[in-house]
Amino acid sequence: MRSELTTKAKVYLAIVFVILYAPIFYLIFYSFNSGGSMASFDGFTLEHYQAVFDDNRLLVILINTVIVALLSALIAAIIGTLGAIGIVSLRNYKIRNIVLSLNNILIVSPDVVIGASFLILFTMLGVKLGFTSVLISHIAFSIPIVVLMVLPKILEMNTNLIDAALDLGANRRDVLTRVIVPYIKPGILAGFFMALTYSLDDFAVTFFVTGNGFSTLSVEIYSMARAGISLTVNAISGLVFIVTVGIVVMYYFITMRSKKTEGSIQ
Amino acid sequence: MKFKSKSAFVPYILWIALFVIAPIGLVLYYSMLDLNGDFTLVNYKKFFTSAYLTMTLTSFWYALVITFFTLFIAYPTAYLLTKTKHKHLWLMLIIIPSWINLLLKTYAFIGIFGLYGPVNAIIKFLGLDPTQILFTDFSFVFVAVYIFIPFMIIPIFNALDKMNPSLIYASRDLGASPLTTFRRVIFPLTIEGVKSGIQVTFIPALSLFMITRLIAGNKVITLGTAIEQQFLVSQNWGMGSTIAVFLILIMFAIMRFTRTKKKGGRA
Repeated sequence: MRSELTTKAKVYLAIVFVILYAPIFYLIFYSFNSGGSMASFDGFTLEHYQAVFDDNRLLVILINTVIVALLSALIAAIIGTLGAIGIVSLRNYKIRNIVLSLNNILIVSPDVVIGASFLILFTMLGVKLGFTSVLISHIAFSIPIVVLMVLPKILEMNTNLIDAALDLGANRRDVLTRVIVPYIKPGILAGFFMALTYSLDDFAVTFFVTGNGFSTLSVEIYSMARAGISLTVNAISGLVFIVTVGIVVMYYFITMRSKKTEGSIQ
Repeated sequence: MKFKSKSAFVPYILWIALFVIAPIGLVLYYSMLDLNGDFTLVNYKKFFTSAYLTMTLTSFWYALVITFFTLFIAYPTAYLLTKTKHKHLWLMLIIIPSWINLLLKTYAFIGIFGLYGPVNAIIKFLGLDPTQILFTDFSFVFVAVYIFIPFMIIPIFNALDKMNPSLIYASRDLGASPLTTFRRVIFPLTIEGVKSGIQVTFIPALSLFMITRLIAGNKVITLGTAIEQQFLVSQNWGMGSTIAVFLILIMFAIMRFTRTKKKGGRA
């Protein structure tokens, strides 16, 4: 079915691509505007980027966002991977399906419901709203996606490998760290990166569980955007775009490399 | 699998108990409390008054319109993408915008749809009077569709990609027109992808509150906006929880409706 695309089809695809990217480049374009608006381009300047780096509060928020993202992705990757291994080791299929359904609830749940219910939960448990509550929430909503990324890898794994390791005298810990984890590493990596983007992208949940003193980039952008147009936000989008593309490229190369090493082992 | 490690499983089970089951229970519990913390069903009574029912129906209607247009644009895109030469690279390029922070994309439209923005510049160029596009139903639906398109394309692309192309040849050889082939062969075989696409579009469309706040002003109120309003503005957690309970119910209904068939295998 290698039929060449017709011109009409190409035009359609081109329009979709233009619409998808136009708003992003529109934002970045005006981040270099020396005028104060997103309406007329007066001249080239880097002052809005300068403003981002001069604003200590904004820098703290940026650092907070990155720390929350990295920490939550890391912890979620660990708990999620162990969870996925645990799910596979469940013999009872009925229980396994129940656990899987419970796992997926947070993935399909609307952000607002997650945020609101976590707010109630933290209030009841007496967890102070701020860094801790945001971090815990991000771990919580990232775990199921890690499980979904890791699960297929475990299922495709040949169980003989584990039997062989056990026969050769490996203990449980060795089996986990030297057989299972290396095999499912691509799944864990995918889960980690998904968790990372989930955390960086989250607004609604954080908005509910963040207190007065703590803020992440999304929440900050929201309050800046509610106040109207500020080209500082444009500069932030320029930086976010570069970081996002950076993460995508990094992820691409890491998966490529792990695929290659996998190939050389087998 | 013979390998078993009970203690490693504990954090995950704890997570399910604390962050999946407990929150739903707490929302249910709070929905039956009034402002003084007394046990009551007054919130449910209030939900069934015309104001809240209208809001729910409107929210539903918007979500339906948004899902329809998203599907309408995403399906042909996914179909054409599977026919490009480097389809996975193109798919990657579709996915990248979905990873840019949602708030930033929404913020972009404040400028684009603004009175002095590029869209109005084109309208002026065409000799028409510039109008306020921001804070209208149209702008809300447009921005929401824009945001959901990549999420709809991905599952449909995967479904189309998995399809065996010889089925299409078979259908054509048997004399089916392209339309019939699509209607009777391609679409039924990719329905699972469409269902997942609808799931990831419809449920968030009911609950997104930042788009309504930033783009639609206070003109459009979705279930999500109402929950946010009750929790963070009015501080009426009881009423907010009641709306959340209905949102959860709708979510389960949609999950049932769009449930993908289980395939055989060890899973």
